[in-house]
Amino acid sequence: MEAVLGRAGLWFVIMFLALAAYVGAQDAGFAAHAVVVGVIAFAFLCVTVMRYDPLARAQSMFRMPPGPSRYDDDVVRWGVIATVFWGMAGFLAGVAIALQMVFPALNIEPWLNFGRLRPLHTSAVIFAFGGNALLATSFYVVQRTCRTTLAFPSLARFVFWGYQLFIVLAASGYLLGVTQSKEYAEPEWYVDIWLTIVWVAYFIVFVGTIVRRHEPHIYVANWFYLAFIITIAMLHIVNNLAIPVSFLGSRSYSAFGGVQDALTQWWYGHNAVGFFLTAGFLAMMYYFVPKQAERPVYSYRLSIIHFWSLIFLYIWAGPHHLHYTALPDWAQTLGMVFSIILWMPSWGGMINGLMTLNGAWDKVRTDPIIRMMVMSLAFYGMSTFEGPVMSIKAVNSLSHYTDWTIGHVHSGALGWNGMITFACVYFLVPRLWGRERMYSMRMINWHFWLATLGIVFYAASMWVAGLTQGLMWREYDANGYLVNSFVDTVAALKPMFAARAFGGILYLAGGVLLTYNVWMTIAGHLRDEAPMTDAKHNRAADRPITAAPAE
Amino acid sequence: MTDYETLRQFADSFGLLVMAIIFLALCAWPFRPGANERNRHAANSILEDHEDGE
Amino acid sequence: MSTEPTQATSRHQKLERNITLMAIATLITVSIGGIVQIAPLFYLDNTIEKVDGMRPYTPLEQAGRDIYVREGCYTCHSQMIRPFRDEVERYGPYSLAAESMYDHPFQWGSKRTGPDLARVGDRYSDEWHVQHLKDPQSVVPESIMPQYSFLAETDLKVADPEGMLTALRRVGVPYTDRDIQMAEADLAAQADPFSNREDLEERYPKTQVRDFDGDPDRLTEMDALVAYLQMLGTLVDVKSAAAQQELAEETGR
Repeated sequence: MEAVLGRAGLWFVIMFLALAAYVGAQDAGFAAHAVVVGVIAFAFLCVTVMRYDPLARAQSMFRMPPGPSRYDDDVVRWGVIATVFWGMAGFLAGVAIALQMVFPALNIEPWLNFGRLRPLHTSAVIFAFGGNALLATSFYVVQRTCRTTLAFPSLARFVFWGYQLFIVLAASGYLLGVTQSKEYAEPEWYVDIWLTIVWVAYFIVFVGTIVRRHEPHIYVANWFYLAFIITIAMLHIVNNLAIPVSFLGSRSYSAFGGVQDALTQWWYGHNAVGFFLTAGFLAMMYYFVPKQAERPVYSYRLSIIHFWSLIFLYIWAGPHHLHYTALPDWAQTLGMVFSIILWMPSWGGMINGLMTLNGAWDKVRTDPIIRMMVMSLAFYGMSTFEGPVMSIKAVNSLSHYTDWTIGHVHSGALGWNGMITFACVYFLVPRLWGRERMYSMRMINWHFWLATLGIVFYAASMWVAGLTQGLMWREYDANGYLVNSFVDTVAALKPMFAARAFGGILYLAGGVLLTYNVWMTIAGHLRDEAPMTDAKHNRAADRPITAAPAE
Repeated sequence: MTDYETLRQFADSFGLLVMAIIFLALCAWPFRPGANERNRHAANSILEDHEDGE
Repeated sequence: MSTEPTQATSRHQKLERNITLMAIATLITVSIGGIVQIAPLFYLDNTIEKVDGMRPYTPLEQAGRDIYVREGCYTCHSQMIRPFRDEVERYGPYSLAAESMYDHPFQWGSKRTGPDLARVGDRYSDEWHVQHLKDPQSVVPESIMPQYSFLAETDLKVADPEGMLTALRRVGVPYTDRDIQMAEADLAAQADPFSNREDLEERYPKTQVRDFDGDPDRLTEMDALVAYLQMLGTLVDVKSAAAQQELAEETGR
């Protein structure tokens, strides 16, 4: 009873603070966020007072297996559901803004204009979809590789729900115009502080779990997760240093200005890709690819080199986002050189992942999950080759400011991050909910092809768009005059934008299949379907091989 | 000499050399023969436990 | 803990077994690049060239800039002209680091779905901007820009103009005490064609004082945003002989 009272009191204090923040708020965005926090606190207050256990209710709604298993997987299950949910939200926002670029009438001012929806899309896919995938898989992997349960179970739950609050505050903020307009670091100061608190808790849970491990060696996946957590903390804190106008208002001004702010931002921005979308997802690769292939990683030595060289080199590459700008030349050159060197560890990692399948390549044909993993590694290889090429100043002079960059980012995000996440979800859901397999293997296959085709449409159209745009901008006629006005290039890109939106719709359709498949698996159904591979029995070939063993 | 030129000179000469040497040494490090058995064990550690708590 | 093999543990294996060491080593590894690249920018004297004409934004321009930031204009417009013939002919002389020295945050952008805006000031009339922001397609039929007509209907609300300038001063923008004191008055005065402009113009040279949105009775968000757009790239006289001379001597660019 005392615990309930204490908790109720805590919620009351939070609600009261939120109310005070609402009353004193200097702008509508901040007031709205105070209301969000207040309403959540009020809901929890009611819930606590009524001694009603919402989590238990939700646990049963989502068919969470009851009772303690060997590992503490509740947060992992919640994380998987959140990954699928936010993934769909992010893909939908992406399709929406892709269509806005074809049909500008779809902009509904002020809340649903492109400028406000675009950060919503990027944050939803990177931080909500990718972030929840990383949270869920890191908690899953760290327990298995350390053969222990999560340290600080209640803190782990705080990390999950605190992170969801961060997502809600960030996303609603963009629609209301609460933004710093620093790419991929748009949330304002108070949301940043909240994320910092959540992130420190995440670090404590993760490291705490490793400390109490029953396996002397720390498996390589955990190094990547650790580097991801530490580096994102460093980047997030430095890049978001800002002075708020008022402690009751959303607006703040970045601590750095002009050229310094630009380099700090792209040091952050590039390494959000490097550590959030690469190091974290490589951790997933290093655990789930060997598990699904049922064979150890190709070379553990290569993984050690991969790890240290990747984290050392990535951090230097930021200035390639600022080629030919007012950033000093030496910094641009440094960024370019390191970006090109970065090609090596990236491909080292890709080779390590792909070669893990050595001797089990037949699984690419028979197992759609393995196929997704292989495709994701292939896209990782492609985009980590394309990236260094684009960081060469001569290439960048053409590609910068165009849709080529957008295409490059999406071949990485849709191909590498998306595909490996889908594969991990398909790996995890049957295991976490104690099902024999996914509801439908054929749907995974369909998802694979829809997603792949979607990426092909997306990347191809954006490459063409980027080159068209870049070449049209610099086109001169015989008399030495510019041929195209700016708007000519906009008009020329329309078909490419339409093709891109079509690719996005295909990818979203794949996401719908994922959602349905996960839903039915959790509900406990198994689809009655023909097996994936249905090779005819060949009597002539069905005989033992007498030669030496295959391996 | 300005700060810029000093730093530039260092970066173009010894800085580069030192970094290259450190990089190569670190790359060679995991390939020393003594670590063979350990690496094999580490790589297989995730596959040994068939009871993943499911 | 499981049983240890008797083989002597070498150093990387120590690292692989000690999470604290691992975390520290990781932090050091990822810090080097940032320190070497970012720190010199703050003290190397040639990072930002010295040019005449740069001044902090007036309160109205800053309020307009805040709207530019709020609406996420950077998602489609850059403010950074690169030193290429086509860009210089299309947008004007290439951007200098000094021209964004008072930008918190910077808005150089990374994508040109629309044209660069670094020198858009004084290129079009106020009426053009207002019409274009309200309904871009009515001015440029092929444009895919969203409509921003609500700006003309929303009164400009800056909760605390003094606080705005004070916060900016804390991050290094050289506003004087008098600038801060006068912030609220300056905000209204710049959009009022009948105001006493001398004081404002003395503290903020080249300030454009007039009604920007075509509705002199109201101070709207449109006033602020157009005031900001109309001053972009107008402060530094990059075409003057002295400026060209200085740029020719610039090193490291």
